Amino acid sequence: MSEQEITLRMEGISKAFPGVQALDNVDFEAAAGEVVALVGENGAGKSTLMKILCGAYRKDAGRIFLRGQETEIESPYHAQQMGIAIIYQEFNLTPNQSAAANIFIAREPRQRGLGRFLNFVDRRRIEREAQEHLNRVGARVPSTALIRDLSVAKQQMVEVAKALAVDARIIIMDEPTSALGEEEVETLFEIIGTLKEQDIAIVFITHRLEEVFRIADRVVVLRDGQRVGSMSIGEAASDKVIHLMVGRELTEMFHKEEAEIGEPLMEVRGLTRRGVVEDVSFSLRRGEILGFAGLVGAGRTETARLLFGVDRKDAGEIWVDGQQVRINSPVDAVAAGLGFVPEDRGLQGLVLKLPVLENVVLPTLNNHSRAGWMDQRGLRNTAQTYVDKLNIRTPHLRQKAMFLSGGNQQKVVLAKWLALQPKVLIMDEPTRGIDVGAKAEVHALMSQLAQAGMGIIMISSELPEILGMSDRVLVMHEGRAAAILDRAEATQEKIMAYASGEINNINMTAKGVEA
Amino acid sequence: MSSTESAQGSAMAMARPRGMIWRNVVGRQEFGVFLILLAMVVFLSLYTDTFLTSTNIFNILRAFSWIAISAFGECMVIITAGIELSVGSVMGLSGLASAMLLVRGVSVPVAVAGGLVTGLVVGFLNGLMITKGRLPPFIATLGSLLMARGLCYGLTGGWPVRDLPQTFRNLGQYDIPIAGLGVPLPLIFMLVLAVLTSIFLTRTVWGYRIYAVGGNETATALSGINTARVKVMVYSLCSLLTAIGGVVMTARLGVAAPTAAQGYELDVIAAAVVGGTSLSGGEGTILGVLIGAAIMQVLRNGLVLIGVSAYWLQAVQGLVIVLAIMLDQLRKRRR
Repeated sequence: MSEQEITLRMEGISKAFPGVQALDNVDFEAAAGEVVALVGENGAGKSTLMKILCGAYRKDAGRIFLRGQETEIESPYHAQQMGIAIIYQEFNLTPNQSAAANIFIAREPRQRGLGRFLNFVDRRRIEREAQEHLNRVGARVPSTALIRDLSVAKQQMVEVAKALAVDARIIIMDEPTSALGEEEVETLFEIIGTLKEQDIAIVFITHRLEEVFRIADRVVVLRDGQRVGSMSIGEAASDKVIHLMVGRELTEMFHKEEAEIGEPLMEVRGLTRRGVVEDVSFSLRRGEILGFAGLVGAGRTETARLLFGVDRKDAGEIWVDGQQVRINSPVDAVAAGLGFVPEDRGLQGLVLKLPVLENVVLPTLNNHSRAGWMDQRGLRNTAQTYVDKLNIRTPHLRQKAMFLSGGNQQKVVLAKWLALQPKVLIMDEPTRGIDVGAKAEVHALMSQLAQAGMGIIMISSELPEILGMSDRVLVMHEGRAAAILDRAEATQEKIMAYASGEINNINMTAKGVEA
Repeated sequence: MSSTESAQGSAMAMARPRGMIWRNVVGRQEFGVFLILLAMVVFLSLYTDTFLTSTNIFNILRAFSWIAISAFGECMVIITAGIELSVGSVMGLSGLASAMLLVRGVSVPVAVAGGLVTGLVVGFLNGLMITKGRLPPFIATLGSLLMARGLCYGLTGGWPVRDLPQTFRNLGQYDIPIAGLGVPLPLIFMLVLAVLTSIFLTRTVWGYRIYAVGGNETATALSGINTARVKVMVYSLCSLLTAIGGVVMTARLGVAAPTAAQGYELDVIAAAVVGGTSLSGGEGTILGVLIGAAIMQVLRNGLVLIGVSAYWLQAVQGLVIVLAIMLDQLRKRRR
């Protein structure tokens, strides 16, 4: 391969942050039209490497070559000019502006004549050209649509169109599939295929190995800031890559310990929020893990929010331990014995500015106080107990939650609910965006909780996780419970068929209620 | 950084070598602003003969006590990522309410209680407007700034209330002889309230919740905490503290003018912010606010002493606020 075809080469990149060598002499390359998967556990240095490439961080040592030319990338703006675009997990879009305005942000073409002099934006041209870029990625999005009205998947397409609009030759995607449902992931893969044909180099950061094998041409593995492997997809095997990532063998990804399924714990009848969730009924027994499967937008998170009293329901009854409970707010839900691990750790699960200690004890403050006075020692003991129990890696209890890795943050969210000892724990995407090791730990913990008699509702967009962890699977489609499947009868194909609306089976719902 | 952290930090420091103690002091959020205050005091002591006299020092302390008392409340509000603009008006209104009761022959304790309740009511209503009415704090308290001030004018027809009894005026004017010095009563109030609010913020469940609401309201609500209740409480407490400040101020001045404390909301907010309270919520300490309030008053006093014209006072104050916060930001970034 000639120097020309290798769009990007990074040599001996090193970067240190106070107290940690984030990258140590790392090499990386990508050729035109190549999809390179960059994998590694959280904290392995993937994001740091890519942030150096797109000018967000300065490297301490090493050299970067773009199309054979050594280049010192000075700023994100400079990186953009050099044809490097990055699509972050959290999109950089302005919600109240149109897709077109976002695609042309900071480079708005001016009108001709007097308008040019007055810096008037040529709106028609923006909208027309933005539409062309959107069409190029196959997005069925009108360029005049406001970002806030678009689904996450469509927002992502706008991001890709934005990258094309600056004529990017290298597009970095940081966990692009973590917010997408199965169907939308397919669309994204098609888009990536199109980009490949246009000779664009793509760096794809992900935690989902099956995606690596689906679309990558080559996989690069980082561990603890070092490159530990680079191989073409033909030579790579799943267990080999996992072994390189974690430095140990993970025999089984979804290790579910059998738990005794006890008496009915929670019963939900006719849960409805008009236009979002329609007549969802199910039951949950002690020691049972009930998986919620479905496409993004099918109403799974919305159902969880109704159960926990975050949103107001239009109809529906909830029974816990044979007693009907009135849940109109999270305060009521906690009183009824429910816990909720929300899908977004940073926005909904944690107070990032506060230390681990405060986060862990937040729902249990009342148990550790007398007439409002806090029992400092009791709080610290509780927090320490759960930090030890869940193996949360933090230098001390006073470390602010924002400085923990994703996996450890998620464990803090879990710890805070375990400290309250709820009867039912609702977990929305409990392992999204956390590394393989932490994922296995979360799964093991779920098994333990079920064995201790807790009922668990687990929403997940990863079918292997649903199949691996659930005793029964409730499949949602367009706000309704399309089916409730037993562990034995649940297969990937069946779930997808119900989720996509190919089969409708109302009887299954009725059966679920009886069970 | 909450001061629970530093409280624990200092306990740990006892068992550690001296270097740790030093690092704990320097690492504290308040250290930067404390240095600024110290620099100002040292400069003024050397440059003028009048600054470092007990009369002048007590004058400064007395003069900023009611600003500081109100700023303790403002600090709590800002920790919840809110803002309270009506503190100046509440200070004026509550002082006026006490004064109007007094001139109608009501006893001093009842009149004082009347002033405090007036403040509490405004704060409670602010809290309701923000939580039940879903108004942004800026708008809700801007409204009550005007409404409370309007009440002051409407109730008095624009005339000040005079001839307040001496027992009431003592609350603001009496000096307690301690160690041969006359310590002003407002200063004592301020210190006691500083300790109480600080304990409230760091040692009680409600304090924890206030920091949590400001740090991430969604996550706190999803933890089963009634965040609306926390906010109503915080706005009520802020106005109660402000009312205490207002009553003490009125006692000191001996007259309740409808224009009293006009524009003080800016001094109060400045004191909180210079003291390191983060406008984005979740961060702030009472000690910081105390230092912040002191800086503002020493500055005002010092500028007069070194002969800066009164016309230039505000410009210099503004400059110092901006510089102090920039320095603090620099310090934070370096860590």
